[in-house]
Amino acid sequence: MAGTVALRKQPLPDVTSPVGAQKPWIKWLLVSLTLGFLTLFLFVPLTAVFTEALRKGIAAYFASFNDPAALAAIKLTLITAAIAVPLNLVFGLAAAWAIAKFNFVGRNLLITLIDLPFAVSPVISGLIYVLLFGLQGWLGPWLAEHDLKVIFAVPGIVLATIFVTFPFVARELIPLMQEQGSEEEQAALVLGANGWQTFWRVTLPNVKWALLYGVILCNARAMGEFGAVSVVSGHIRGQTNTIPLHVEILYNEYNFVAAFAVASLLAILALLTLAAKSLVEWQVRRQAAETLEPTAAED
Amino acid sequence: MSRFYFKQPSVIPGFGLTFGYTVFYLSLIVLVPLSALFFKTTNLGWAEFWRIVSDPRVVASYRLTFGASLTGALINAVFGFAVAWTLVRYTFPGKKIIDAMIDLPFALPTAVSGIALTAIYAPNGWIGQYLEPLGIKAAFSPLGVTIALTFIGLPFVVRTLQPALEDLDSAVEEAAASLGASRIQTFARIILPTVLPALLTGFALAFARALGEYGSVVFISGNMPMQTEITALLIITKLEQFDYPGATAIAMVMLVASFAILLFINLLQWWSSHRYRAGA
Repeated sequence: MAGTVALRKQPLPDVTSPVGAQKPWIKWLLVSLTLGFLTLFLFVPLTAVFTEALRKGIAAYFASFNDPAALAAIKLTLITAAIAVPLNLVFGLAAAWAIAKFNFVGRNLLITLIDLPFAVSPVISGLIYVLLFGLQGWLGPWLAEHDLKVIFAVPGIVLATIFVTFPFVARELIPLMQEQGSEEEQAALVLGANGWQTFWRVTLPNVKWALLYGVILCNARAMGEFGAVSVVSGHIRGQTNTIPLHVEILYNEYNFVAAFAVASLLAILALLTLAAKSLVEWQVRRQAAETLEPTAAED
Repeated sequence: MSRFYFKQPSVIPGFGLTFGYTVFYLSLIVLVPLSALFFKTTNLGWAEFWRIVSDPRVVASYRLTFGASLTGALINAVFGFAVAWTLVRYTFPGKKIIDAMIDLPFALPTAVSGIALTAIYAPNGWIGQYLEPLGIKAAFSPLGVTIALTFIGLPFVVRTLQPALEDLDSAVEEAAASLGASRIQTFARIILPTVLPALLTGFALAFARALGEYGSVVFISGNMPMQTEITALLIITKLEQFDYPGATAIAMVMLVASFAILLFINLLQWWSSHRYRAGA
C-alpha cells in the first residue's frame, strides 16, 4: 500500500476552491472541449492505425509480417537502436556527471549545444551526414577509395539515428543531478570510496528512474525516426529499410493493410513507451514522497 | 581567490574524463556535421545562394510551412490551454489515461501519424467523407498540412502549461474574487499574465517543431509543387535529384529560422525567471 499512501502525499489541485467550484457548466464545457479535441487529434488517429491494419481480417494482418523485407526492416531497426541507445546512454551519463557535479566556464553553453539536435529538422539531420560522407561530401572520395559505404548504407542510418536521439538521456539526467547536488558523493569519497564505487553505489541508484525514462524515450525515437533516416537510407528493400521506411514503401505501393499492419507494431511500441513513462513517473513521485516522509510511506 | 579557474576545485573525481568525452562525442556527432552545412553554404557564394532560396517554388514552400506551422501552433495554444486547465483543475473519470496519452504525438513515429491522419481525412476516410460534401478538401491540401502540424505540436503547449497552472496560488484567485473581480477579470488579469511565459514557450516549441516536421506531413499533403509542398520535402526532392547546393542552401534557411526560435525561447525563459526578481 506504500504507493497509494505516497501518492496522497502529493499536493493535489485545489478542486474545492470556492472560486473554481462556482460554475459547474464551465467545468462541463471545458471537460467536453478537452475530450472532443483529444478524441479528434489523438484517439481517432490511433484507432485508425489498428482498424486499417485489421480491415481484411486477422489472417491478412499476420500475413503482412510473413515477408522477408518486413523482417529485414524489423531486424535493421533493432540493430540501429541497439547501437544508438547505449552510445547515447554512456554520453548522457558522462555529460550529466561533468555538468552537474562540477562548476566550470561555459557550462550553460554546453547544455544548449547538447539540446541542439532537437532544434534541427530531421531532414537536415540526415542532410548533414550526406554532406560529410556522400560522394560529393568532405570524406566521400576517401571513403569511395577505400570501398567504404556510409550513406545509403547501415552506418549512415545508425549515425542519423544517434544524432536525432542524442539529447534524450542527457537532458533527463542533467536537471535531476544538478538538483541532487554532490553532498552524497563527497561523503562517500571522504569515507574512502573511490570514484567508480561512488558512481555505482551512490550516484547511479539516485538517478536510476530518470535514466530509465531517458532510455525509454531515446529507444522510442531511435526505432521510429523517419525523416533523418529517410535521407541517408537510399531505400534499398531488405537492406537499408527500417520499419518506418518500410511502412512508407508499402503505403506508396497502395498495400494499405500491410502498411498499417507494420505501422501497428510502431503504434504498440508507442503505447508501451507511454505506459512505461507513466510507471516511471509514478516511481519518481513515490521516491520523492518516501524521502520527504519515510515513515508514512513504509506503512 | 584572485586566480582564474576554468573549473572550480572539487574533491569529486572524473572531470577530465567525463568533460573530455562529452566534448569529443558532441563534436563528432553534432558540431562537425552541422559545421559541414555552414561551410558548404559559404562555398556557394551569395548570388547563387540567393538565387536558390528566392526561387518561386521555394518561396511558396516557405509560405505554406510557415503559415501552417503558425496556424497549428495557434490552435494548440488555444485548445492546449483548455486541455491543460481541465487536467490541472478538474477530476473526471479516465483523467490519468488521458493525461498519459497527451504525449502520443511524441511517442508515435511520424510516418505512422502521417498515414493514419491521411486515412482519416482522405475523401473516403472517417472524417474526410463528411467534409467532402461540404466542399472542404482536408487531405492533399494546405488544410491537411495544418492538421498534421497541429497533431505533432499538441503536447508542447499542454506540457509546458501544466506545471505553471499547478504552481498558481489559489489564494490569489480567491483574493481577487473576494475583492469583487469577476471570473473573467480574474482569468484575464491574474491567471493569464502569470502563465503567459509558459504559454508562449509552449507555442514557440510547437511552432519550431512544426517548421522542421517531415514524416507526418508528406503523406497528407499530396506534395504538389507551389501548392502543398513543404520546405523539408523540397530539401529531399533536391537531394534525390543530386542537387546538393540547392538542398544545402534551403536547409541553411530552415536552420537559421529554427535557431532564431530557439533564441526566442531562451530569452522567454530568462524573462520568466527574472521578471519578478526585481520586486522580490
